[in-house]
Amino acid sequence: MTRSNGKKNINLTLKVWRQVGSDVKGRLETYQANNISTDMSFLEMLDVVNEELIINHRDPIAFDHDCREGICGMCGAVVNGRAHGPEKGTTLCQLHMRHFSDRDTVIIEPWRSRAFKIIKDLVVDRSALDAIIQAGGYISVSAGGTPDANVIPVPQEAAEKAMDAAACIGCGACIAACPNASAMLFVGAKVSHLALLPQGAPEAARRVLKMVQKMDDCGFGNCTNERECEAVCPKEISITNIARLNREYIKAGFL
Amino acid sequence: MNWLLDIIESSIGKKLLMALTGLGFCVFLFGHLAGNLTIYGGKDAFNSYAEHLHSLGPILTVAEIGLLIFAMVHILSGIFLFWGNLKARPQRYVMKKSAGGRTIGSRTMPYTGFLVLLFVIFHLMNFHFVDKTNTTIFQIVQNAFSDPIYVGIYIAAMLVVGIHVSHGFWSAFQTLGANHPKYMPLIKGLSICFSLIVGMGFGFLPIYFLFML
Ligand code: HEM
Ligand code: SF4
Ligand code: FES
Repeated sequence: MTRSNGKKNINLTLKVWRQVGSDVKGRLETYQANNISTDMSFLEMLDVVNEELIINHRDPIAFDHDCREGICGMCGAVVNGRAHGPEKGTTLCQLHMRHFSDRDTVIIEPWRSRAFKIIKDLVVDRSALDAIIQAGGYISVSAGGTPDANVIPVPQEAAEKAMDAAACIGCGACIAACPNASAMLFVGAKVSHLALLPQGAPEAARRVLKMVQKMDDCGFGNCTNERECEAVCPKEISITNIARLNREYIKAGFL
Repeated sequence: MNWLLDIIESSIGKKLLMALTGLGFCVFLFGHLAGNLTIYGGKDAFNSYAEHLHSLGPILTVAEIGLLIFAMVHILSGIFLFWGNLKARPQRYVMKKSAGGRTIGSRTMPYTGFLVLLFVIFHLMNFHFVDKTNTTIFQIVQNAFSDPIYVGIYIAAMLVVGIHVSHGFWSAFQTLGANHPKYMPLIKGLSICFSLIVGMGFGFLPIYFLFML
């Protein structure tokens, strides 16, 4: 996307998906976002639009958000065809308006997947992701007194990879961007961060089988290795985690 | 056997079937191409290669049945996966752009796959299910490729196969869990090489017949 050329404030035309509830038809509606500071975040821009809607006694655009610093995973929308907008490794709340130009038209749609019902406008129900995590179950830890540090040796490389996978904030952008609405990157990250550590080993087989079964039951699509997920993931989770998920699944299923 | 059914029914299980049968086809393509290269050795070399192949008798029949089973599995799991993926997003985006992951190959897998199926049927009718009593396979092939329309269809089909395999080859490794920063670049490189070899290797044969023989 082109940058605004030094100009501080920009005017945009927004086409926003409006839908009052899960079972009603939605449609794109057009709004003007005027005098938007390029220092604002995308969500702050939506706040400005909403304030004006409220003043005019119209229904504000519903969107999810919480931390607004890229760590909670609540925000997200497909902006001009890209999940979380045009910048790499960025959540929608961390996307700044300086990446847009004056008089741009911006299309804003919710995550679309059979497994994510639209609750209202841009807010979707992502509880399927929680259900997958729950299906994974517990890990066995001896819940005694405070253990000494480093009693369980973990190789540095494994720790790093596990941390990379654990960076997943469960935003659902991978599913939104996947041409097949597959949740393999999310599940790959969740399976990997435990599978790589000794603490996750005892239940590894059961965990991966249950999580994949839940993923399928929730109605997510099948991965065809299009690699759109890792390209939009705000935490830049790699599809090597999907390969690990496949390996864990093969191990659990056949060995 | 319940555990096996559970695996095959899962999304990853169907992908595994896809990957194994797909790689099986890649091996077949490699062998098929190697055999066809005898055409450059002339009429007799090619006919004798075909004769040797057919003298394998029951082994050849087993291989053919194996290929047929592979084809059924590949096509059926492909249909189930494709259908599941259509259902997984009932409402399409008004605007959707690639973030840079997709390739021509990956975008078109189900369609190139379907075209390959049509081609394989056509191909078998041309060269397999034909009366070979008073002729040689070389003559049959030469006869077919004296028609520019046939030459065109075969070249187009080989392009399509090349596109299918350009994604399929590396994708199968990823599906089987073989992806590591150390060797993934090599697999991707091989994927491109293989699709070029298949596309050009097979694709040049009809041209050779049309213009050089
Ligand atoms: C020469 C014949 C063929 C070869 C060498 C071949 C090879 C492959 C390979 C290696 C894969 C990758 C598996 C994976 O992603 O894990 C694949 C996927 C696929 N093939 Fe084929 N295939 C052939 C014919 C066909 C035919 C005849 C069809 C359909 C009628 C077909 C449809 C598909 C589909 C739908 C996929 C899945 C696409 C995806 O996962 O992205 N293929 N093929
Ligand atoms: S893998 Fe990335 S895109 Fe998918 S839910 Fe986790 S953080 Fe979001
Ligand atoms: S609002 Fe928390 S990640 Fe965007």
